[in-house]
Amino acid sequence: MNAEEPYVLHIDDRASIEHEIRHYDDPRAASIGALKIVQKRHGWVPDGAIPVIGHLLGISAADVEGVATFYSLIFRRPVGRHVIKVCDSVACFLTGYEEIRDAVCRVLDVGFGETTVDGRFTLLPICCLGACDRGPVLMIDDDTHFDVSPQDIARLLERYP
Amino acid sequence: MTADTKPLTYRVDLGAPLDLRGYESREGYAAVRKALREMQPSDVTHLVKEANLRGRGGAGFPTGVKWGLVPMGETAPRHKYLLCNADEMEPGTFKDRLLLEGAPHQLVEAMIVSAYAIQASHGYIFVRGEYVLAAERLERAIAEARIAGYLGANVLGSPWSFELFVHTGAGRYIPGEETALINSLEGRRANPRAKPPFPQIAGLWGKPTVVNNVETLCNVPHIVMRGAEWFHGLSQGKTKDSGTKLYGVSGRVKRPGLWELPFGVSAREILEEHAGGMKDRLKLKCWLPGGASTDFLMPEHLDLAMDFDTIANAGSRMGTGLLTVVDESRSIVSVMRNLEEFFARESCGWCTPCRDGLPWSVRILAALERGQGRSGDIETLEQLCRFLGPGKTFCAHAPGAVEPLQSAIKYFRHEFEAGITKPAARAAAQSAPQAIAAAQATA
Repeated sequence: MNAEEPYVLHIDDRASIEHEIRHYDDPRAASIGALKIVQKRHGWVPDGAIPVIGHLLGISAADVEGVATFYSLIFRRPVGRHVIKVCDSVACFLTGYEEIRDAVCRVLDVGFGETTVDGRFTLLPICCLGACDRGPVLMIDDDTHFDVSPQDIARLLERYP
Repeated sequence: MTADTKPLTYRVDLGAPLDLRGYESREGYAAVRKALREMQPSDVTHLVKEANLRGRGGAGFPTGVKWGLVPMGETAPRHKYLLCNADEMEPGTFKDRLLLEGAPHQLVEAMIVSAYAIQASHGYIFVRGEYVLAAERLERAIAEARIAGYLGANVLGSPWSFELFVHTGAGRYIPGEETALINSLEGRRANPRAKPPFPQIAGLWGKPTVVNNVETLCNVPHIVMRGAEWFHGLSQGKTKDSGTKLYGVSGRVKRPGLWELPFGVSAREILEEHAGGMKDRLKLKCWLPGGASTDFLMPEHLDLAMDFDTIANAGSRMGTGLLTVVDESRSIVSVMRNLEEFFARESCGWCTPCRDGLPWSVRILAALERGQGRSGDIETLEQLCRFLGPGKTFCAHAPGAVEPLQSAIKYFRHEFEAGITKPAARAAAQSAPQAIAAAQATA
């Protein structure tokens, strides 16, 4: 996307955001929802979308940016086609998350916060995913994978072209 | 499995949760009918108080008392809110996911009955962004309930109207804090708010608001149907606390999992009978009774009843009631480094002690883990435990973060001491890098 061109909100996204707004007494409450809607289209939230969302909700671009940068699942930089989120909290730490992390890093040749050169995967750490009895756990996009072992990693990643 | 012994889970099906018709055929929405037709709102609150339902999100605050602070009657604000905290992210906790994914209608019914008690006009179920399946299933359940007349204008033909929505989050641990959750729901950064005013008086958009945990709410329809006496009986006289509790175990045990058990069973029963004990002949070193922000307890504490007061008297908190067990093969310093990395990363940055103190603790713990700690490091950690403790910050994030740390130092001080470089090695390190290796090898 060219930074010079004004961002045009897709007509479907505008409708979705307006639908979200109706759930609340104050349109601001739809800010996280709006960011998620835009992100669903592009994989991340482009700079130009920030003031457009602000305008739609009647709040400043700075407020929208403040929200966008606070929450870990809103991306303000381009990410890979698939985002891998590896749980690094204590239960998965005890059941071997570090080996999972190392295996992913080795297979993809990236570290946390990085994207593969082919733009396929971005790797991130994430808080406890609430499946500690089936750890180590990781998410790829919206899918949660349980009882992951380092040997499974390569085959698991193949399912996300 | 029946409603009489396992009310929360007897209708749970993770594969194919009951739809509206299936749920109704198993006593579903009976509590809504009963409450709206036979009870005044204050009767429901009174019953919940009488049942001694205490918050299952970790703090154990009496639910009926919380509700009792909400302004009622003609002079009360027209808009009042009931928020369900389904932002389950306390490390080691995986109980609400079961209720959300396995019995979405139970939570919807619980929201309606509880909202009726405080005469809320709107409800939001704040589901963490990662619980995609839970949000989908709740949306479906809400749509079904709306068509059936349990939601919307004039619920079941009564004068009371109630709208319910799913609100999904976008990551971070801090929105799980009650007032941060309200800020997050308002579309702001999830910084906590100062209390007072308490949310019951001025919460969401400045209006009366109650925030309850998923498991807490799911008890309410059963209390309405079966009464306070029945609820007391569920804990079989093992404890002052009432009802059942979702207890769980994670870590290197034979059968990690989650079970609905009478409130107040011993930690030993949970760990040994239900989770099958430690696996691979590992030995238990210590355990967190209910999440990352609870003090460690030791093997000698296993016979304690898992209830709020007993665990508090042992110097910890029951928290969410899901045990995380640490085996002997682990260095406590490494476990603490992992825990404090979590808390440091998840600090919202609003209060200085939390924002700056937690990364400081991580640096010290990481140095101790590498065997490069300095004399005075343990005292600095102890000082941080005081400076980050209760009353020094807006919310319980920093106080929670130091609970495991203070207890780890209390029980395993020798492991922290072992991470401190000997003075001789330090002097050598400054002159000749080779000497330090030799000094450490002989240390």
